[in-house]
Amino acid sequence: MGLLDKRFEHGGIIITKADDLLNWARLSSMWPMTFGIACCAIEFMSTGTTVYDMDRFGMAPFASPRQADVMIVAGTVTFKMADRIKRLYEQMPEPRYVISMGSCSNCGGPYWQHGYHVVKGVDRIVPVDIYVPGCPPRPEALIGGFLKLQEKIRTESLKAPGAIERLLENQKQHA
Amino acid sequence: MPDFPQLLEIVKNISPDVTSDEKSSPKAVIIPAGSLTKVCTELHQNPATYFDMLSCLTGIDNGLQANTMEVVYNLYSIPFNVSLAVKVILPRENPVIDSVTSIWRTADWHEREAFDMFGIQFKGHRDLRRILLPADWQGYPLRKDYTHQEYYRNIKVEY
Repeated sequence: MGLLDKRFEHGGIIITKADDLLNWARLSSMWPMTFGIACCAIEFMSTGTTVYDMDRFGMAPFASPRQADVMIVAGTVTFKMADRIKRLYEQMPEPRYVISMGSCSNCGGPYWQHGYHVVKGVDRIVPVDIYVPGCPPRPEALIGGFLKLQEKIRTESLKAPGAIERLLENQKQHA
Repeated sequence: MPDFPQLLEIVKNISPDVTSDEKSSPKAVIIPAGSLTKVCTELHQNPATYFDMLSCLTGIDNGLQANTMEVVYNLYSIPFNVSLAVKVILPRENPVIDSVTSIWRTADWHEREAFDMFGIQFKGHRDLRRILLPADWQGYPLRKDYTHQEYYRNIKVEY
């Protein structure tokens, strides 16, 4: 705060763009939904511990889709689970983001060939913003995903809501 | 403590056309499907055997060439510390067998799993429906000739 220190004491004014302000607010407090479906969820939990301290990005897991901003799909998505994940995504308010964590939810992972029961990538059911590779990814890798997502949010604009377009495109692809 | 020849003798008294498989571990008796309930009841009740625990119940698909399926019951007697496998060979088309849930309640979910994966029907089971896969899944995945469906609820299954 060195440069800005004591510059606002007399009703100082900051001039910025609405997009920048909203994006800054959004990317500084992305609340992930408390939700995990396989071993990747263990790494997601470690990311929340004091060692990795997810809270320093303003991220605290929220145990309801209604107030969550980010869904981290941490684990193997089975066809039986697919309906539930889609429903959770639909229950989240806009703007909402999806991080696909680990090989399973990226592309089916080790189940890609003989896993009749595994959805070969969660992007077949919900639009994905960030893919984090690994099996499972270490907490550092997941934090890397958070930073990528922050970069993505930083360049968003109110004039062109990307999420709805992506959803429509996704449905077209898999129709 | 009953050894395998004694066990075979006990089973033979109930079901004369029994064969044995001593190479399997634990050693197995192979009985016709019709006498399953009688044999299992005897093995469970007889004070000389007292197989009070059903450790596992598995289905096996022997493939198109053999054209048979099997159900294997791994029994264990806690007081005698003895294990025994009971095998039943079924036709591959329309495999039906009596449920043993009335003898060992633990068979309930095991039989549901065998039904889920192999399509083996267990007569007398009180709630025979899929246990792992979704209720509207098509086919039985652990059958040798299984091919998965192209789409499940509009989601492509193939990679």
